[in-house]
Amino acid sequence: MSDSGALIIVGTGLAGYNLAKELRKLDTERELILVTADDGRFYSKPLLSTGFAKGKQADELAMQGASMMAEQLNARVITHTRVTAIDAQSRTLQTSEGELSYGDLVLACGAHARPLPLSEDMHDRVLSINDLSDYGRFRQQLAGHKRVAIIGAGLIGSEFANDLALGGLEVQVIAPDEQLMPGLVPAQVAAPVQAALEELGVRFHLGRSVAGVHAAGAALRLELDDGSHLEADQVLSAIGLLANTALAQEAGLLCGRGIQVDRYLRTSDPHIYALGDCADVMGMQLMYVMPLMSCARALARTLTGQATEVSYPVMPVMVKTPACPLVVSPPVTAAKGLWTISGEGRDIKALFHDAEGVLHGYALTGAAVSEKLQLNRQLPAWLA
Amino acid sequence: MKKWQCVVCGFIYDEAEGWPDEGIAAGTRWEDVPADWQCPDCGVGKEDFEMIEMG
Repeated sequence: MSDSGALIIVGTGLAGYNLAKELRKLDTERELILVTADDGRFYSKPLLSTGFAKGKQADELAMQGASMMAEQLNARVITHTRVTAIDAQSRTLQTSEGELSYGDLVLACGAHARPLPLSEDMHDRVLSINDLSDYGRFRQQLAGHKRVAIIGAGLIGSEFANDLALGGLEVQVIAPDEQLMPGLVPAQVAAPVQAALEELGVRFHLGRSVAGVHAAGAALRLELDDGSHLEADQVLSAIGLLANTALAQEAGLLCGRGIQVDRYLRTSDPHIYALGDCADVMGMQLMYVMPLMSCARALARTLTGQATEVSYPVMPVMVKTPACPLVVSPPVTAAKGLWTISGEGRDIKALFHDAEGVLHGYALTGAAVSEKLQLNRQLPAWLA
Repeated sequence: MKKWQCVVCGFIYDEAEGWPDEGIAAGTRWEDVPADWQCPDCGVGKEDFEMIEMG
């Protein structure tokens, strides 16, 4: 519940800034402070995986700088400052630049790329892209080079494979499963996406893992677990994201894989909230824009005195593989069920029904994507 | 015909082009785009998001 004292938001990604924007629609007065470890530029994270095809530099993806955001939000935006500890008792934050007191605190501190177990000296040659500065660093490393090896073929690995190939790079993908995006879509849906990426020139090494990465002259040599090897100039690791929970955990807040919050986005401390990639909302850890927007709107109301539970409508995931468009509504509302596949070639429609025949999810590729809206209307809300 | 931009991700909906991928014909005005349509790039909803009128 709203309280006197500053509202501090830790993080200036889409979650932090969008919460601040929603809050200012309801309350223009309350002291608002945002603290970020980076430069506080506002940008849209989904655009990081479409930037190469568009030839965008990192600076071109930034929409507004921190000082402009501060002015618009009537807030203090403290940049290049890391929060090192939270004292929930005295409601203070320790930061690399000193102490701050809060009335309410919101953790919007995101997630980090799952680290790849590789030798330290490879760290510039094996990068992940999870924020705008990562994107800038990756582009810089790649300047003048052609060959990229992507480790991981989940949603992000697949999107980058498409984007980098469209951007004129030679892309190889190495992943342990036999299909793209396992766990998200059935194999029959992944197949046309893979075929379309192969047509773009992407080469896949599926069912393989990387045993080692070594410098080989100016290039890199990747050894695979079957003894084969390949060469690349740069490696992009896309093996998943882990919620940033360390700060919350050290403060004694209840955490699982994410910072656990209730439907009011409240953590186990009544004055600390969480949303976005760092949060586990009622057991759901959804690292997409739409869920965080639902959370930002509900939390803005709660923080201005109208306690509001977050609700989730159907929130399909648009996978940005323009070579073969894919949209997925994962069956989050059913524990058990079966996929039924129809269509052929690039145009596949997969529907997920429970034992009673109720539709709970879908995955559509190619021309079948046009059925998205009509199917959404048949699906139950994710969090009613 | 007008263009509308998603403030979250910069996606532009051009009324002249519509969004045929999702069955929205060329020439469909913004107010006639279904209320439950979602931004194809970032997934946010039409009513949740202020689309900036670009003229």
